[in-house]
Amino acid sequence: MWIAVFCLSGLGLVASLGLGLAARRFAVEVDPKIEALERVLPGVNCGACGYPGCSHFARALVEEGAPVSGCMAGGEDTVLAVAELMGVEAVIGEKRVAVVLCKGGRGESKTKFTYRGVEDCKAAVIVSGGDKACPHGCLGLRTCERVCPFDAVEISKDGIAVIDPEKCTGCGICVKECPKEIIVLVSVEKRVSILCCSREKGSEVRKKCAVGCIACETCVRVCPFDAISMEGNLAIIDYGRCRVCGLCIAQCPTRAIEGRDWPFPRVEIMDDRCTGCGICTMVCPVDAIEGEKKEVHKVSEDRCVGCLLCIDRCPKEAIRLRAPAHSASELAA
Amino acid sequence: MKVRCSFQGGIHPSEEKISEGTPVEDLGVPERVVVPLSQHIGAPCEATVSPGDKVKKGDRVGQATGFVSVNVHASISGVVKSIGLFPHPLGRPLPAVEIESDGEDAWADHLKSHEDYMDLSPEALKEIIRDMGLVGMGGAAFPTHVKLSPPKEKSIDTFIINGAECEPYLTADHRLMLEEAESIVAGARIAMRSLGVHRGIIAIESNKPDAIEKMTALTEDMPELEVTALRVRYPQGAEKQLIKTLLNREVPFSGGLPMDVGVIVHNVGTLSAIYKAVRFGIPLIERVTTVTGSGVREPKNLRARIGTPIKVLIEACGGFSADVGKVIIGGPMMGVGQYSLEIPVVKGTSGILVQPLSEVEEGIAHTCIRCGSCIRACPSRLMPTILAVFAQREMFDEAERYDVIDCIECGCCSYVCPARIPMVQLLRYAKAEVLARRKKAA
Repeated sequence: MWIAVFCLSGLGLVASLGLGLAARRFAVEVDPKIEALERVLPGVNCGACGYPGCSHFARALVEEGAPVSGCMAGGEDTVLAVAELMGVEAVIGEKRVAVVLCKGGRGESKTKFTYRGVEDCKAAVIVSGGDKACPHGCLGLRTCERVCPFDAVEISKDGIAVIDPEKCTGCGICVKECPKEIIVLVSVEKRVSILCCSREKGSEVRKKCAVGCIACETCVRVCPFDAISMEGNLAIIDYGRCRVCGLCIAQCPTRAIEGRDWPFPRVEIMDDRCTGCGICTMVCPVDAIEGEKKEVHKVSEDRCVGCLLCIDRCPKEAIRLRAPAHSASELAA
Repeated sequence: MKVRCSFQGGIHPSEEKISEGTPVEDLGVPERVVVPLSQHIGAPCEATVSPGDKVKKGDRVGQATGFVSVNVHASISGVVKSIGLFPHPLGRPLPAVEIESDGEDAWADHLKSHEDYMDLSPEALKEIIRDMGLVGMGGAAFPTHVKLSPPKEKSIDTFIINGAECEPYLTADHRLMLEEAESIVAGARIAMRSLGVHRGIIAIESNKPDAIEKMTALTEDMPELEVTALRVRYPQGAEKQLIKTLLNREVPFSGGLPMDVGVIVHNVGTLSAIYKAVRFGIPLIERVTTVTGSGVREPKNLRARIGTPIKVLIEACGGFSADVGKVIIGGPMMGVGQYSLEIPVVKGTSGILVQPLSEVEEGIAHTCIRCGSCIRACPSRLMPTILAVFAQREMFDEAERYDVIDCIECGCCSYVCPARIPMVQLLRYAKAEVLARRKKAA
């Protein structure tokens, strides 16, 4: 037995000595900064930064001067960590998330034919553009779900891709892969989206889908901020102007406009802080605030749209958010 | 007669040529036609008419843009109703000219006939062929004048007249060879003159003995033309397979063309149209198409005006005989399933196949069992099973290395696959991706 113990120990000793020497002799020198960067990057290799993977991006940061905010997938924390390691000030852009601009599930939209083929949107569009009657309809064959490195896409029961804004990092891979080109990146703050991409005439859209934009222009008229305009039979939101009030959501006759966590909060004035300066009555675009000068002002529940312009402008910080008075179902009715 | 057989792979599906005994019937003038501006491979035409214009049969309504493009013409006389997007056999709506008939069916007065057409120069012939909107009528619709203008460095020694008609069900070319053999031969001589070729082979599958006999009799005193019978094997009528069979030459891989091995192949329908265009100045405004399948009451071969909705053709055949499962433009192997009966007949519509619901199988794709049937069946000698996996895994670089570009989409692999894997769709997907990548890189 002792022979075996000695032999094996001896072998182990020799091997470890060899390995130790080799590790010294053939060590690959890596910039410790690159290694540190690799540790803070998410490591999902999504490629959204424009480099093949996280370690390439780390090297590019050090060697090629890639932008510190290049990692979209990691979010704010990653950008801050990268900036700290690189010794520069971080510029945090707004977080963007992907939104699928189609709502016409199998129940709401018509099909041209029965599709029996490869379960992939890109393969399906070769066959007469896919089975949906609407040329811009989500086919729901899981291409975006498959390519998402963050598991943020799910195909709903109705056969429509839905993106979870919590999980989405705005890497934009699905945007590039979608053969119907109906996925866009929108700032996470802008919770209103017109979920239709069809520029066909309203009558055509109606024939094909119950929840498409029929170009009735109701939303254009109802928007207090002139944020919605028509582009060839399709309503488009100018997010620079949109104040996320949600008025258009309640008014859209086909429910093509959707808001995350809608209805959005409204405002109320704290009586003990209001000095009755009247600034809020001037900025309110929907005349929802009333009150005499130097008296406590009141917000009309029905008129306030929650644009929050008054909160930004109140010098006394007397205005705060409150839960909406009506539920989504009440508003929809 | 000796029957040639030599290309590798292929299949022999049930022939089902149920309409081969039915003479071609003229469909007449439809009430309205929708003439697509893109009926050929290459750049779409630009419309030369506007709504409200009066047009006569043979008037040009679309002007070719670029070399690989041909004109389109009004197929009836009447008034242009609108120009816009209309359903197209390719599946997506494409620009087209809608013409409403005035019932007169009057010819345009500028059509120029040439009695001494064989004295025209090759250039003049090609010019006429291009102006008259001729494209390959076997199905692919490649502009004819382009095929007749090979680059100088490629010397062409053989001209093949393709009367194989290997697709099951289709009989339009067969009928044409029986009824218009003279114009096919005349068209072949025009094409050979414009190419400067002195050897032509008329290739016909041996399941059409009457056509072989007719053609042989007609070309008896023409030493430059010979008739060859081919083994019945799908896809015998595909260019590359035809060349391999007749001349034992192989078109190079990775996108080679028949002209690379000194051969030009034309379909019999195209040649008949060439003769009519050159001799009488008649543009390509009608074609013979087979309306067939057990889904129609009376399968027929119809001469239909370009732009006639397929609904009209099906009605002319007595309508549907049972619940419709599939309406396919083209043959059962390479045709494209349609979702609307408003689709017009275009220059490349060789047939309309109606399958009743009972004939349409609901194939559920299973896992590949690696039996290799598709590899044995592939006439292009590719490995469809591997290529399908590459397509599924989105490994397009590998697919390109395995020559997915050389897939002719004949459908043999899908036909034989016991696991019912949609092979052709996967290969088409990979092809589309590879071509898109090449375009991007260029």
